[in-house]
Amino acid sequence: MCIRHPKDFLTGVMFVGFGAAAMALSFGLAIGSAAKMGPGYFPFLLGAFLAVLGAVILLRSLVSARRVKEWPVLHLKPLGIVLLSVVLFSRALKPLGLVVSTVGLVVLASAASHEFRWKEALLTAAVLAVVVWTVFVYFLEFQIPVWPQLVAGRT
Amino acid sequence: MELLSNLALGFQTAVSPLNLLYCLAGALIGTLIGVLPGIGPVQTIAILLPTTFALPPVSALIMLSGIYYGAQYGGSTTSILVNVPGEASAVVTCIDGHQMARQGRAGAALSISALGSFVAGTFATFVLAVLAVPLSEFAFRFGPAEYFSLMVFGLIGSVVLASGSLLKAVGMIVLGLLLGMVGTDVTSGAHRFTFGIPELADGIGFVSLAMGLFGICDIIHSLEKRERRDILKSKLTGFWLSGSDIKASAPAVLRGTLCGSLLGILPGGGAILSSFTAYMLEKKSSKNPESFGKGNICGVAAPESANNAAAQTSFVPLLTLGIPPNVVLAMMAGAMMIHGIQPGPRVITSNPELFWGVIVSMWVGNLLLVLLNLPLVGMWVRLLSVPFRLLYPAILLFCCIGLYSVNNNTFDIGLTALCGLLGYVFHKLDCEPAPLILGFILGPMMEENLRRGMLLSRGDPAVFFTRPLSLAFLLMAAVLLLLVALPSIRRSRESAFKEG
Repeated sequence: MCIRHPKDFLTGVMFVGFGAAAMALSFGLAIGSAAKMGPGYFPFLLGAFLAVLGAVILLRSLVSARRVKEWPVLHLKPLGIVLLSVVLFSRALKPLGLVVSTVGLVVLASAASHEFRWKEALLTAAVLAVVVWTVFVYFLEFQIPVWPQLVAGRT
Repeated sequence: MELLSNLALGFQTAVSPLNLLYCLAGALIGTLIGVLPGIGPVQTIAILLPTTFALPPVSALIMLSGIYYGAQYGGSTTSILVNVPGEASAVVTCIDGHQMARQGRAGAALSISALGSFVAGTFATFVLAVLAVPLSEFAFRFGPAEYFSLMVFGLIGSVVLASGSLLKAVGMIVLGLLLGMVGTDVTSGAHRFTFGIPELADGIGFVSLAMGLFGICDIIHSLEKRERRDILKSKLTGFWLSGSDIKASAPAVLRGTLCGSLLGILPGGGAILSSFTAYMLEKKSSKNPESFGKGNICGVAAPESANNAAAQTSFVPLLTLGIPPNVVLAMMAGAMMIHGIQPGPRVITSNPELFWGVIVSMWVGNLLLVLLNLPLVGMWVRLLSVPFRLLYPAILLFCCIGLYSVNNNTFDIGLTALCGLLGYVFHKLDCEPAPLILGFILGPMMEENLRRGMLLSRGDPAVFFTRPLSLAFLLMAAVLLLLVALPSIRRSRESAFKEG
């Protein structure tokens, strides 16, 4: 026995995991009865169904597929950099303000491309910072911190 | 004539200067984003959702529908000029459209796609207007049991008619339903799956989920592939269709319109299915099928008309029954709920000016697209030549600022990154995120109706099988599932989606 269809195998594992987690968490809520369902009733049913479904997909991936399929290939660099740039933006927006966060997001996100060039990224960031400030702060008057708190505090 | 007075009410709403402006803005921005390769209507709507939140509901929906048609139109432009389908429903347009472009007839291809879409849109708007009132009155007879079964049918239908593994799609629906449970339970007030995070008490934000699964995830996915584009360099000329073009394509437009209008109403129907079907229908009924794939104008006219007609008629189940038939309409449903409007039969009576205004604005939007996009096509082409490495940081930035503007908090941005990661995993495992969004939208409604149905029957699940309408929906769902399980149909289903 070997894993003949890795993508389906992993899908099965994922569904079983989510299903089991939903069932476990639903136990912490009131389940209730069929006539008077508590908050845990429907999620528990769904979790059970998802787990069974995942198990079927998982088992099938061990036997089916005429030829053994490949494992999915992950490209961690674009994934990591893009997600990191978004998370950092969310962390930086309040303390550092829109302009600094924008430059940070754009420069960091640009690095995810295999054609990254420093000059180009900095230029894009500068242009976008101006555009964003004009559109969101000047015209739309968004309630958004613009400059770092220290600087803004003094003015 | 009730229909006429309704449409007149709609006109009053839709052509008020402000709404006209939003319709125009939506159509333009929608085209702008939709033109970018790899970004289809779903991604466009996900990215632009926050821009409409500050508006009153009617204007917001009008603008969103404008974004939807604009994105679809932009997608066809990309497929004709670049041979990179912006979205799944434009895949078939690529086949003959890009061939026409290579033969120097890109102008004609763009024109027929615009005109065909307009004809189809006009017809489909009427279908929608005519069907809306009787269908929503029919829906008033539904009890909770009927609604629950209808949702089961709608969800099953949406995966049966989609491509890919059925089991996985069903799993994604269930996962979506579960994600829809996160937050405060309406009946008991208990917090479910919130892990003590106060921001999750209102549930997972629809914008975060949609933007993560479609916007952010697609950017990451595009970054993995090396850029390769085959942009048409020659100057665009000859937008006027010749007499023989019109003669050849007029019947194709009509057939595509009918096909699309019909398929758009079905659960799981919509733009993708209808454009594939219309293309195959056209090829089968043509006198010289071998000319398809080599720049036959009918091969552009039929699917383009069909997908636009379907885009319009797929509003029928959403606005009358409250069931989004596909993922784009699920986005519209999400947007309506954010504005405090529960899609369903009540919309037509409680918000008539919204209902008819949106319907009429669809037609107005189509008209604006024809008037604007042919002259503007040069601008879209120039946009296509901007390299992706400069575009995606900008898209990412506007996503983040948009997300912040929804609730003025940064939690939503982080949540979106998480959803993006989840979307990446789904993508790597060949799990379509579309059924998940449908489940997410329908989850709370399904639970509510299940609870009420079971309460009324005192815990007897037989209620779903003894009420005739409810039974009918469940039987239809079962038949659909059986059909897919049959080997012969399964094979033709697989080949149908590989035709492109």
